[in-house]
Amino acid sequence: MACREQWGDRLHGYLDGELDAAGAAEFERHLPSCDECSAALRTEHALQTTLARAQLYERAPASLRRTVEREILPARRTAAVTGAYWKWLAIAAMALFAISSGFLAANLFHGRGGAPEVAVAAVDAHLRSLQQGHLADVPSTDQHTVKPWFDGRVDFAPKVVDFAAQGFPLMGGRLDVLNGKLVAALVYGRRKHIVNLFVTPEGSTAFVSGMGERQGYRWLAWQAGGFDYVAVTDASATDLTELRALIEKE
Amino acid sequence: MLESQERERFELCILPHLDAAFNLARWLLRDRQDAEDVAQESMLRAYRFFGTFRAGDGRAWLLQIVRNSCYDWLRKNRPAELQDELHEESLVSKELSPEDLALLNQDRGRLAEALQSLPANFREFLVLRELEGCSYKEIAAITSRPIGSVMSGLARAREQLREALLTKEKVRKEVRRGM
Repeated sequence: MACREQWGDRLHGYLDGELDAAGAAEFERHLPSCDECSAALRTEHALQTTLARAQLYERAPASLRRTVEREILPARRTAAVTGAYWKWLAIAAMALFAISSGFLAANLFHGRGGAPEVAVAAVDAHLRSLQQGHLADVPSTDQHTVKPWFDGRVDFAPKVVDFAAQGFPLMGGRLDVLNGKLVAALVYGRRKHIVNLFVTPEGSTAFVSGMGERQGYRWLAWQAGGFDYVAVTDASATDLTELRALIEKE
Repeated sequence: MLESQERERFELCILPHLDAAFNLARWLLRDRQDAEDVAQESMLRAYRFFGTFRAGDGRAWLLQIVRNSCYDWLRKNRPAELQDELHEESLVSKELSPEDLALLNQDRGRLAEALQSLPANFREFLVLRELEGCSYKEIAAITSRPIGSVMSGLARAREQLREALLTKEKVRKEVRRGM
């Protein structure tokens, strides 16, 4: 009981990664010798994982977004032109500009300076997966269900590990196609965000390691243990590097 | 500042956090329709006071407005809810084990119910930390509390939540036994 009083709240700071380095080290020194704190930490961890998995987050309904955009924000201003003739001329000019700038952007992107092909394909696949009902062919949080599901569906055995305890609960798996190649896609949760992790055997796609941002999504591509990995998310780039570290440790 | 420039800046800094605004209101008010109304009103307030927003954490700034609007709304419409007392200290020695908790993984309804049974001033810690992923510093800013009280608040809130889950468990078992 004395222990609870001494550590009680700080255990939560440790759990949330909010203790400073010295405080965390002190707690870690204490932990192995104290059954009470070890058990309490396990329980708090389990509670956190359960909450993460339950998908309690509720996104804004479309009606709210519409109202905010149409009624609260002032109308978008276009050039102050009067008369139908000028209006049409302005629209035509804008369309022309949009087409040419889109063309320019497309050219730049596929050029040498843009994102590698595999990242472009992975972000596209990520967007596709977010459509209703496309996220997982095998929606399961159990790695022992997801892993065998890939048997006979792809000609390699991807590593499937649930990282729920580290803040990346496994949510399922599915087949996907990147650059015309069949790949295994693992779906992880990250707080309210989704991470798609695409896995192929090393060298089977035009693969380039790296990281970057495209259409507002972060991507990270790396090689480890004979596999090519590409992860895509709307969470932060740090979340992706954390996931990479977990996979490399496995 | 030109209106169109201001709109653009608002769209960049604040609008991306509309989901966060709705989610906080939904869990504080425990009702989606009320949450939509209050979130909308909060966005209006945010736009009106956008001039006072200095570059920085747009999410924390918006969530602070949402939280205040929610408490204003509760004071006006459901004042009894704000007098919710903490459950008495638990007399049961049994605690939920990690295994019990793991079994609850898929039971969204039960977790939601337990979370909603907590007083609002504890519920908000869990929503901001576990659902929204805010840091202690952000939670302190949003709830206008000293940062030192966030850790102890979260500790109590988690204890409360486990207790609420356990109470449900007990009731269930008793019902089953009675049948």
